[in-house]
Amino acid sequence: MIRFGYYPGCSLESSAVEFDLSLRKVAPLLGIELVELPDWNCCGASAAHSINHLLSLALPARNLAIAEGENLLELMPPCSACYSNLAKANYELLGSPGVLRQINQLIEMNYQGRVRVLSILELLNSIGIEKIVSVVKNNLDGKKVACYYGCLMLRPPKVTGRLDFEQPRGMDEVVRALGGEPVSWGFKTECCGAGFSMSKTEVVLKLCHDILNNARANGAELIALACPMCMSNLDMRQNAILKRYGVKESLPILYITELMGLALGFPPEELGLNRHYIPVTTI
Amino acid sequence: MARIGVFVCWCGVNIAGTVDVERVAEEAEEKISNVVYATDYKYMCSDPGQQIIVEAIKDHRLTGVVVASCSPRMHEVTFQKACLTGGLNPYCMEMANIREQDSWVHKDREEATAKALELIRMKVAKVSKLEPLFPIRVPVTKRALVIGGGVAGIQAALDIADANQEVVLVEKEPSIGGHMAQLDETFPTLDCSQCILTPKMVQVAQHERIKLYSYAEVESVSGYVGNFVVRISKNPRGVDTEKCTGCGVCVERCPVKKIPSEFNAGIGSRSAIYIPFPQAVPNWPVIDQEYCTYYKKKKCGLCQKECAAGAVIFDTEPEFIEEAVGTIVVATGYDPWEPVAYGEYGYGIYPDVVTSLQFERMTSASGPTSGVLKRPSDGEVPREVAFIQCVGSRDNVKGYPYCSRICCMYTAKHAIIARHKAGAQSYVFYIDVRAGGKGYEEFIRRAQEEDGARYIRGKVSRVYQDGKKLIVRGEDTLLGRPVELRVDMVVLASAVKAKSDAGKLARKLNIAYDQYEFYTEAHPKLRPVDTNCAGIFLAGTCQAPKDIPDTVSQASAAASKALAILSAQELTREPLISVVDPLKCNACFSCREVCTFNAIEEETLRSGKKVSKVNPGLCLGCGACVSACRNGALSLKGFTDDQIYAEVNAI
Repeated sequence: MIRFGYYPGCSLESSAVEFDLSLRKVAPLLGIELVELPDWNCCGASAAHSINHLLSLALPARNLAIAEGENLLELMPPCSACYSNLAKANYELLGSPGVLRQINQLIEMNYQGRVRVLSILELLNSIGIEKIVSVVKNNLDGKKVACYYGCLMLRPPKVTGRLDFEQPRGMDEVVRALGGEPVSWGFKTECCGAGFSMSKTEVVLKLCHDILNNARANGAELIALACPMCMSNLDMRQNAILKRYGVKESLPILYITELMGLALGFPPEELGLNRHYIPVTTI
Repeated sequence: MARIGVFVCWCGVNIAGTVDVERVAEEAEEKISNVVYATDYKYMCSDPGQQIIVEAIKDHRLTGVVVASCSPRMHEVTFQKACLTGGLNPYCMEMANIREQDSWVHKDREEATAKALELIRMKVAKVSKLEPLFPIRVPVTKRALVIGGGVAGIQAALDIADANQEVVLVEKEPSIGGHMAQLDETFPTLDCSQCILTPKMVQVAQHERIKLYSYAEVESVSGYVGNFVVRISKNPRGVDTEKCTGCGVCVERCPVKKIPSEFNAGIGSRSAIYIPFPQAVPNWPVIDQEYCTYYKKKKCGLCQKECAAGAVIFDTEPEFIEEAVGTIVVATGYDPWEPVAYGEYGYGIYPDVVTSLQFERMTSASGPTSGVLKRPSDGEVPREVAFIQCVGSRDNVKGYPYCSRICCMYTAKHAIIARHKAGAQSYVFYIDVRAGGKGYEEFIRRAQEEDGARYIRGKVSRVYQDGKKLIVRGEDTLLGRPVELRVDMVVLASAVKAKSDAGKLARKLNIAYDQYEFYTEAHPKLRPVDTNCAGIFLAGTCQAPKDIPDTVSQASAAASKALAILSAQELTREPLISVVDPLKCNACFSCREVCTFNAIEEETLRSGKKVSKVNPGLCLGCGACVSACRNGALSLKGFTDDQIYAEVNAI
């Protein structure tokens, strides 16, 4: 078992419970031990960085300091926004001793900068494709999957260190390992509209319609993703999108961990698949 | 007894603004021993300033001069000449740098003035110990080496050869011509690139004073200006060029045909034995060992059987040749950058997303489609084409921060050609249009006004496929609005980058290069074709991205610089080199171990004792041998231990 720090974030305890459920089911089979951070706090979400820069560093820094204290030096927040906030804060703290000192005073802790923040994609890729192949029970049988990475999992490159941030392949490889067929499509890293979901719903409907449309046009039977915000925009709002643009066929949206759960042989209800707005019974 | 004159320069306000120059001159004369005369002047480097030095040398019978002014990099030669005019050996002059090392970097007037005096004191101490030195004279090999046979190398070689000097031209590829031979039409006149280049290529091949080695590389370079020795490796061509008639039967019969053609930028294909393009010079085929069945499995050999001249020989070993030359012109060109870092543009994923060089081959009459613009996916003629500029240029994150300089112009040309040859509508995404050349701005206007190219200021964020169309999403930053276009083809103006092996060649030649591996000129304004290594000159895009007119101009400039060396009967070199004291030398030859210029030789004295000896033609005066000598037998003229100690002790 490889030990990873696990930072669920607020989404995985509320709107994205199924992400948490499926991840906890899948992890042990892959030899991953997830150790939840004790007493974790909000990462700052979309609010902190638009209000106060120091606060947007202090909130993630406290979580990083806790992880370091627990000797969980590889920390994985599954939610893309949490990952982005933690990784960006870590990047800035590591880059500037002055900022690190200031933030340590604010949080009254002594973070040394030893924690590495991993996205769920990096975690899965670090486990290795062979490992995933070896635990598959119900092969996805060539199911055509559009892998949707969203905007935050790979960007900005100076923080994430990714060179493939416009044409990523990592999730596609996981899908292939599960026996699915990843489709080549143009919207892997396009924006879903994210926080405009509340303030400018029209914009989100258009952006998500484009994403769904391109996935369908390239033959996808479902979309796999790893971000609660993308999920809510593409799943929860999908009926409104279909109505608005007069489209009949819906497209199931799954967390990559749910898809893995199915391929690894867990019954749908244990993975929380019953919680989706667009039914995923067809898989 | 040394009689030293000190000349303090104001450099306008550059020095005088911070240093009390008048007081420095006064105190130098009063307080520094050996100084018999000191004065100050507003611009010591000017004619009247130099005249002050000339006269003072005579009037005060000076044995040494210290000029307190700028860096010796700036004016050492100027003041050496003034000393010579005044009748003083130029190597009895030193410069105290009170500008870069004092006035420019200090604010406090008192302290800067005191420092100026200290710097002068050091130089006076050293000058008191200097001895007259005399330039070394070396013969010149009357032959030039030109590395690279693109338009820059062709121009330089022809210019030198037409001036009655011999040229050795080395080209790495099987044919000369370079990237210019790949181009369709050239901006801003739209004259056919091959039509103006191929006559020059033939001239090179036929010129009695040009010796052309194609499919060959420079292996190593030794020697120095006037006397370089170049080792050239001729790659195994597979074909005996003495026997080959260039009939081309071997090429037709070769069964391995699906190899992406380099000349066609990967758009078309070629066989394993091939002539890069019909107008190639020399027009002999070459066998690509990586693909040839005979080289891989010792089977096939069809070309050998079919060759009536018996020219196919399947050789495997490179042939090495040594050439002595007096000067070298480096014209190795550039590589087009592969825009794979731009995943959002889908290059390599969507077949109809191509680079500009590929587009060039698609419209060229000598290209795989014989000049009919057809898109790669289905061979249809595109109705609408989007051009994206600055792909890899002016981009710190994914490419290079510099401007590639040619893309604005060739993209406008492509827009015009797309209209002329396919009646297509063009859209050009740009950051700025840089058209600073003769007739360039007018050419851009022509693309826009006569040929209807629509220019959209902004970058493209994504290209994706929708059925047979490509959707181009970007921003029009002038309107502040997103743009979405449905086009048939996308052309990426990918950056100009240094040759992938540019650094390797630079290390062989001992010339400097920048962080992108473009070769560095000796001075960005005043010595644009010289390198830091005497006798080696630069031409074309190996120095920086540039267009054909600039490349050809620079090539002619480099040729004239090379000719200046070749036209001299002998060259003079700085006498600041190492010498051996044979009485102290015990022949351990540690000096030979550290010398990177092979300047240390062995000499037998009349007594039979072996000692080391410095070849004055090869020594560059780096001083490594001086430090390595345990007996202190070696010393560097102009920088002897005695002189340096005097300088240091004066502080």
